[in-house]
Amino acid sequence: MDCVIRAEGLKKRFGKTLALDGVDIAVPRGTVLGVLGPNGAGKTTAVRILATLVKPDEGRASVCGYDVVTDAVQVRQLIGLTGQYASVDEELTGMENLLMICWLYGMRRAQARDRADSLLDRFDLAEAAGRSVKTYSGGMRRRLDLAASLVSRPAAIFLDEPTTGLDPHARNKVWDIVRELAADGTALLLTTQYLEEADVLADQIAVVDHGRVIAAGTSEELKARIGDQTLVVRPVDRAKTAVVAKAVASLTAAEPDVDRDTGRVTVAVADPAVLSALVRRLDELGIVAAELALRMPSLDEVFLTLTGHSSDLPDAAPGKSLRGGNRA
Amino acid sequence: MTAAAAGVTAGVTPLRRIGVISAAWHGLVLAWRNVTQLKHSPEKLGDVVLMPIVFTVLFLYVFGGAVAGSTHAYLQELLPGLVAQMTLFTSVTVGTVLCEDIQKGVFDRFRSMPIARSAPLVGSVLGSAVRFFVSMAVLVAFGSALGFRFTTNPLSILAAFALAYGFYLSFCWISALIGLVAGSPGTVQGLALVLALPLSFGSSVLVANTATMPSWLQAWVRVNPISYFADTVRALSIGGPIGDKAAIALAWVAGIIIVTFPLAMAVYRRRV
Repeated sequence: MDCVIRAEGLKKRFGKTLALDGVDIAVPRGTVLGVLGPNGAGKTTAVRILATLVKPDEGRASVCGYDVVTDAVQVRQLIGLTGQYASVDEELTGMENLLMICWLYGMRRAQARDRADSLLDRFDLAEAAGRSVKTYSGGMRRRLDLAASLVSRPAAIFLDEPTTGLDPHARNKVWDIVRELAADGTALLLTTQYLEEADVLADQIAVVDHGRVIAAGTSEELKARIGDQTLVVRPVDRAKTAVVAKAVASLTAAEPDVDRDTGRVTVAVADPAVLSALVRRLDELGIVAAELALRMPSLDEVFLTLTGHSSDLPDAAPGKSLRGGNRA
Repeated sequence: MTAAAAGVTAGVTPLRRIGVISAAWHGLVLAWRNVTQLKHSPEKLGDVVLMPIVFTVLFLYVFGGAVAGSTHAYLQELLPGLVAQMTLFTSVTVGTVLCEDIQKGVFDRFRSMPIARSAPLVGSVLGSAVRFFVSMAVLVAFGSALGFRFTTNPLSILAAFALAYGFYLSFCWISALIGLVAGSPGTVQGLALVLALPLSFGSSVLVANTATMPSWLQAWVRVNPISYFADTVRALSIGGPIGDKAAIALAWVAGIIIVTFPLAMAVYRRRV
């Protein structure tokens, strides 16, 4: 297969911390690899190695066949990088930022101007182009950062948690652009903490934990391993929690998790039809649900299933159910 | 996205290295960046505008009578000396700004781009030329308003400021080196000040005739490049023998740049 982004056995230590402990990556042309993991899993370190910002202690990596260590100069001509922390100059305007990047890529006057204009249009920044970036909202900054990474039409793009902190509207825009880029033949490596994002965008997903890839495969393959979605129900009357739990158990033939503090009952389900069945059953029982939903498993639940331990997030603990959705 | 899409490299082989002309261009683009930042925040030039005025007023009226008998006579002696002192002081921010800059996200972007490694560093030193020009313009304008007059010819005056810019470049590289080594902009400021004070005061900047200083200080003054700088500028501005002072001054400029430029580059490569 024509692999654009490739890495084998990447290891990297920072002082006492082992950030990467043997990571393999392969991203063919026109596909998206979603690297899923919590903070500290090593995702950003892997991206930084591939973007030639950091050298690995062991292992090799290459982009379009050029080694990131020995052929860094060539690699830099082939990649685009956009990150969680928007890397644009705050003092300059949006237009000045993009012009500067165009010039640095060797574009001349007219070509640079055209490219900057078309990118600003595409990312809905044309109106704000004349204002300093420090006046931009977080979403706008992130869009400008993404635009900057596309100036050279790179063959490989690294997106490090590109939608963290963005509202759903802004996030969808970024997703649309990622899809277009993949359709054009770009190889994209996307790191994320959101299973939903990996599910929606990635052709392949690699789950990382403590510097290692603990699971890899398509979204369907991973979901088969961890159980499709999570059913969440919470009755208005807390006293009815046990009844609800029994109803859920009978419908799903599985032992639901009951949170005594909130009265929430959760269970993994493979068949979305369970939701409708539960609505009917609750109706029969005369129980009103304050909360009733079918959600993607949280990152924490993915980890719990795959590793047997939680993902070390501040509000995570083994066996605890979803809190506030996927934003782990 | 157009059809001429990803894979800018489809068919285009990437270059093995970045040529010197490209590197120079990258440096210029990043100098443009620094200058444009100033355009958006012109208040950052405030210190460069105020310092020449404040220093001139301070030294002229505090010391004038005592040193030269009259403020007018002292002004002639003082201003060329202040050219040297201002050149030194305005170079300090290059280091502080660099120190802040390399910690910013945009620097990661530069490092992942196919631009010369030296470009951001070169850009910040070149871009700082604006500060030099503004401070010199203010100094000369204010000095002239108070009564200073150049008594030589235009060529000599040009030579004086060309020498000043040469020293400015060399101080900027020292400042950049300090900025790269220091942990925070505050440290740069402190360190630079500690260095700048004995250098600028222990010289002929304020006093052309250093014979009244104790011998140990005279020894320092004789070694201090700022003395040669100030004396040469003085001679070129208001007349007087230059002798070999100009040659020594130029040698200092060259020497400092030859040593600090590669050193700054080496530290930069390691740090960034």
